[in-house]
Amino acid sequence: MNMKLSKLNFGSLFLLFALKMLLFGLVFGVLASLSYVYPEFLKDKLGFISLRPLHVSSAMFWIILGATGCIYSGLQIYTGTSASNQRSKWQFILWTVAIIGIFFSYFLKDFGGREYWEFNPIWALPIVMAWILFISNFITMVKGFKQWPVYVWMWLTGIIFFLFTFLENYLWIFPIFRSHFVTDMTIQWKVNGSLVGSWNQILYGTAFFLMDRIENSKSTGRSKLAFFMFFLGLFNLMFNWGHHIYTLPTEKYIRYIGYWVSMTEWVFFIRIIYEWKKNITTIQKNYHHFPYRFLMASEIWVFLNMGQAILMSIPAINIFTHGTHVTVAHAMGTTIGINSMILLAACFEFLNFNLEKHARKIKTLNITFWFLQSFLLLFWLALNGAGIRKGIWQMSVNQSSYSQMMESLNPFISVFVVSGAGLLISFSIIAFVLIKSSISRNVIYHQDS
Amino acid sequence: MNIKVSTIFILLCGVFLIYSFSIYIIPFKEKAAVGFDPGQAAFGRLVWQKHNCQSCHQLYGLGGYLGPDLTNIISNPQKGEVVIAPLVKYGVKQMPAFDLTDYELSVLIQFLKSTDASGISDPRNFIKDNFGMINEHEIK
Repeated sequence: MNMKLSKLNFGSLFLLFALKMLLFGLVFGVLASLSYVYPEFLKDKLGFISLRPLHVSSAMFWIILGATGCIYSGLQIYTGTSASNQRSKWQFILWTVAIIGIFFSYFLKDFGGREYWEFNPIWALPIVMAWILFISNFITMVKGFKQWPVYVWMWLTGIIFFLFTFLENYLWIFPIFRSHFVTDMTIQWKVNGSLVGSWNQILYGTAFFLMDRIENSKSTGRSKLAFFMFFLGLFNLMFNWGHHIYTLPTEKYIRYIGYWVSMTEWVFFIRIIYEWKKNITTIQKNYHHFPYRFLMASEIWVFLNMGQAILMSIPAINIFTHGTHVTVAHAMGTTIGINSMILLAACFEFLNFNLEKHARKIKTLNITFWFLQSFLLLFWLALNGAGIRKGIWQMSVNQSSYSQMMESLNPFISVFVVSGAGLLISFSIIAFVLIKSSISRNVIYHQDS
Repeated sequence: MNIKVSTIFILLCGVFLIYSFSIYIIPFKEKAAVGFDPGQAAFGRLVWQKHNCQSCHQLYGLGGYLGPDLTNIISNPQKGEVVIAPLVKYGVKQMPAFDLTDYELSVLIQFLKSTDASGISDPRNFIKDNFGMINEHEIK
């Protein structure tokens, strides 16, 4: 093998690639949000129909490439071995080809047109190939190890279910599914629910890994409680997605299963409250350790978003929030508040960000951390406010016109746009510090070589 | 522990596959609703996707937020087929003008007829039961 290739650290490479995608996602997100305030903004050039998928796909790439980087970096520490760099190299190249192709297709107004993550199906091919290489690397790295800790199980679950649901997402290519509108929508939302569940498995697994590492213990990832929580999460990944489609006239059993399974999430919620007091002293002890601080921020966002999700999973409440900005608040709250916070914690840890060597940056990072959390809270509240107002409108007997209702949301939308710009600035500062310090220390090469 | 974990994992995956296939077989055992051409509606679905209509509009409350829900636009007495054609052709506010051929427009309308025939998306159409579940009113 080529000497330089053998030295490459693909865990770090994927994390840095993901951080760049985060920056793209934020820029496109702010541009897309301007369409709400200025209807003519870039209308004939890009417009909302291109900016929305540009934003969503960039955010997805941030999460998926970041999750890939977390697994490679984590496995490297857990197994003491590196992945096959030939396969990782091709995985990286295939992702790059897919991302360039997807971005170009949006600029050329060539869409996949499915809800949330969409692009021309041709670009799914390099992603599937890259994922198969990833699975093959994963199996090679862990196959000699017995008694896996829970995070290895979670990573395995995440990568298997990602591939399954990603392929399932293309059943619409067959006319029999496409022409049966209700089943097509059911499968689409089955996929969306399970796809989110699959990367949540990877990221929550990473959070377990980081907690073990920070606390210098091996107990968290091997306890019976951790495995119980893993199976409960897996059960929800598989069966709770029905709560997205209560109003869709699909088979009734799908809705009931979605409802009942979603209610098991109370167990997670109660556990967070129960563990909270215990965590306080540990939070104080580790406050200045950035990976820990981002993990704790993610816990608070889990608390807020899970509480909201459980309430929204009750159909009698869901009928008020379905199709409103409350759903967007939940989606943004989880991807930014939970997924992104865990990923940033992982970036600080796996990219070996050393606070002692970056003492001058600590103050900047401290301030930025709190600005980030404040802007996110404002952003989340603004979307919830807009959603509640729309929910009241959609259930009212004498409805005003759709455009009048949209105009009434303007105060909330203004806060949403301004706080979105605040998120762009805060995330960018953190991402730039991480990227710059990583490049200056050559973390894309194995440090021991 | 790992044998126990593997067993539970495989069992859960098996149940998940059975559940998934129970959904995949629905189109094979049900007849398509009347009032539209299923073949054209399937093409219309592709036109809907090609122009990324979902980024701004919703079907059954699922989709974007800039424009209104279009599930039942065909049967809406104030809108319907007559209003759709000029809106698509000339655009309005954030909605750009789409350069659709007559064929594309006709199959898109067939697709919207299929969504309309599938049920009612208006949340006011639902009633709650004692368990917190919601059900559609029987009569449209």
